[in-house]
Amino acid sequence: MFKIRKIKDKLSLKIILIIAISFNLLLIVNFILLSVKSEKIFESNSLFSLLLGGNWQPLGGEFGLKYFIAGTLFVTFLSIMLAAPLGILCSIFLAEYAPKKISVLSKSIIDIFAGIPSVVYGIWGVICIVPAVAGVAHKLFGLNITGYSLLSASVVLSIMIFPIITNIVIELIEFVPQELREVSYSLGATRWQTVKHVVIRKIYPGIIAAIILGLSRAFGETMAVMMVAGNVAAMPRNVFDPVYTLSALIANNYGEMMSIPLYDSAVMFVSLVLLVTVVLFNSIARIIIHRIMKNGIK
Amino acid sequence: MIDNGHITIKNLNVYYGKEHALKDVSIAIPDKKITAIIGPSGCGKSTLLKSMNRLVDCMDNVRYTGKIFVDGEDMLDPEVEVIHLRKKMGLLLQKPYPLPMSIFDNIAYGPRIHGIKKKKELTEIVEHYLKEVALWDEVKNRLNSPASMLSIGQQQRLCLARGLAVKPEVILCDEPTSSLDPISSQHIERKFIELKNDYTIILVTHVLRQAKKLADYVIFMYLGELIEHGPAEQLFNDPQHELTKGYIKGVFT
Amino acid sequence: MRIAEYEEIFFKVLMWLAFLLMAGTLLFIIGTIALKGIPAMNWDMVTKSAKGGFYLGKEGGVLHAIAGSFCIAGGAGIISIFISVPLVIFLNVYLNKKSVFSSVTRFFMEILTGVPSIVIGTICFTFMMYIGMRASLLGGIIAITILITPVMCRSLDEIASQVPEELMTATFALGSTKYEAGFIVFFRQIVPGIVSSFLLAFGRGIGDAAAVLFTAGFTDNMPSSLFEPVASLSLAIFFQLEMPIEAVRQRAYASALILTFIILIISILSRMIAARYRKFKV
Ligand SMILES: Nc1ncnc2c1ncn2[C@@H]1O[C@H](COP(=O)(O)OP(=O)(O)O)[C@@H](O)[C@H]1O
Ligand SMILES: [Mg+2]
Repeated sequence: MFKIRKIKDKLSLKIILIIAISFNLLLIVNFILLSVKSEKIFESNSLFSLLLGGNWQPLGGEFGLKYFIAGTLFVTFLSIMLAAPLGILCSIFLAEYAPKKISVLSKSIIDIFAGIPSVVYGIWGVICIVPAVAGVAHKLFGLNITGYSLLSASVVLSIMIFPIITNIVIELIEFVPQELREVSYSLGATRWQTVKHVVIRKIYPGIIAAIILGLSRAFGETMAVMMVAGNVAAMPRNVFDPVYTLSALIANNYGEMMSIPLYDSAVMFVSLVLLVTVVLFNSIARIIIHRIMKNGIK
Repeated sequence: MIDNGHITIKNLNVYYGKEHALKDVSIAIPDKKITAIIGPSGCGKSTLLKSMNRLVDCMDNVRYTGKIFVDGEDMLDPEVEVIHLRKKMGLLLQKPYPLPMSIFDNIAYGPRIHGIKKKKELTEIVEHYLKEVALWDEVKNRLNSPASMLSIGQQQRLCLARGLAVKPEVILCDEPTSSLDPISSQHIERKFIELKNDYTIILVTHVLRQAKKLADYVIFMYLGELIEHGPAEQLFNDPQHELTKGYIKGVFT
Repeated sequence: MRIAEYEEIFFKVLMWLAFLLMAGTLLFIIGTIALKGIPAMNWDMVTKSAKGGFYLGKEGGVLHAIAGSFCIAGGAGIISIFISVPLVIFLNVYLNKKSVFSSVTRFFMEILTGVPSIVIGTICFTFMMYIGMRASLLGGIIAITILITPVMCRSLDEIASQVPEELMTATFALGSTKYEAGFIVFFRQIVPGIVSSFLLAFGRGIGDAAAVLFTAGFTDNMPSSLFEPVASLSLAIFFQLEMPIEAVRQRAYASALILTFIILIISILSRMIAARYRKFKV
């Protein structure tokens, strides 16, 4: 009897260890796979020409990513500019000001929206945002455009990353000890002064981390962006011009990429760029957040 | 009842949701004395203290009735300007809670909020109050380092100085020495005795020894009710109520 | 003094505006999907598969895509249970709270949750090419498993961390092995958590498009075998919307409504189970 229990215990431990170790190796394996696959591209292209070259002609063996990188950076940056202020204001509102009922309800609604698929955001963008952007461009600037643009992509993306930023910032604000607020109030501070000087100050690095997490989500988001960005590989002159992102490049080149030499390798390289960037961003952000949570307990 | 004191509480009831945490408490706090609030834990001492500068507002689910007069104004009146009443009362909590900023900024926080902008003036204030709590010599060379770098005992003195810097009339203390080592505790206790010439001090404590040592006036609470109050000697030497007798003899704590 | 008051009011107004703007937008999204989707909805959409010429406006529905999505996400969800449950039990029962291995694993969980699904799609695709597998249900399941396992692990780990420590101490005091403590006592405590985090992960899987784009392929047929391509609802939406024919675009709206509806139901269900579990415990 005792023996069987012992054996079960040992066996279970072994199986779990295998699962746990392979789980932890997953990221590294992914990284290696993509690196190996994208190695071939470096036989004929330098990193410099890949990242800064403006020519994307797989048939001619040219794989310049400049416009795609620019497109990705613009879309990411603009969507953060929209989402971060709104997300931070909303989270302060929900964590510090709103009546408990509104705040509890809003938090679950935000969570639900974090789970809505990106094609749904995409289709909403196509139905509402794209025509609206076209209309605005026409009315205000006299431009005749389709509306599939940098601005449309950024608006749709900003709504997708809003829940990420808001959730983290709310969690951080709620983590600030109530006593710190009491101390500030007792010195005669108003609510806003307390929020500004004490609460935000205490979690300031965490807000940065939340923004970085939002950035990295925006960076890799594919379907919704692809549906509304217009996908033209050129430098946008203004927010109404179409853009082409790295993620959309990968998605759109599926199928063709196996038939042309080096093509698949180039696409894998793009994927590697996304992976490395996102993992880097996420690691920095998570480390910052862990720091805050750990120091706060003391 | 004394009606000309800083603080007079009339028929105060506080509820946390359904829990009736303070039951019809009425008391006048004597001026320029140390008043100790004693009682077993959970009896509503902190609640009473936090009602006095209306910090209970900041909690969820709190309801209260009654009046707390501070210099003649009813603190609990929804119309009253809470900010300027709160400023009259400094607060010292169980643990030191330095604000997330430098030592200098911790002290300057209150004065800045109340409109003092000049660097010179602020520097004087910071120096004055750090000296007041005998912290100046220890920190004068690192005023710009984060307050969290100080030891717990130093932090608590910093918090006291921070409270004094807005020139309160009353100091509310919630077991201010419970997280400190004996030496730091003594420091704070000695300070209180000095301060009572200029301030009204209300001290929540569960250390009877501390209450005996410091208090001029004592309030004994039990399960949300004010059981007995009176001058320290009278309450400690000749308690009227059975519960008070029991508590003082150490039958329950 | 006065400036502070104005500042307070100013920011309060700003916050209300931000909140109303976001709340309004979120409702607007649901509203748009419903308003556009309901008129385009009909029974054929959910009861029939695509027939020939479906993408040119002929008759049919997206049942094959719904079924495909459920197969992919369901398969991935089940595999993910078999990974995340042992892993979470390992982290919470076998390992010490402060062990390096558990912090590292938790860190990897967080990082993996953030890996874009298009990247997972390409990685799986590469792997499939390498072993000579073509786009298929199995391929989709593998990709979605990688996508949702970290999600499920994190959610379950959070729920598991709420199991009272005294219970486990008491269990060990009675002489249980780690296996018994973990897979019998602890497991029983987290069953509702397993259900709710499975639903969360399932919802994430069913809505994803980028990871199945390369790996699961697309077809007009009902899923029939692990090694045949399958359709997915999210890709069906994407392809229908790309068609220049109005009738087909209408179907994209209807499909989006179906997908949103499924996600909302799953999400609310998961939330209800989690909430009941929390009440149960206290
Ligand atoms: N924020 C709160 N929410 C709900 N109940 C509370 C809260 N704070 C205190 N209480 C309850 O009110 C009663 C009095 O608490 P408190 O004033 O903190 O007592 P003391 O300081 O004497 O230990 C206790 O029963 C406590 O459980
Ligand atoms: Mg207390």
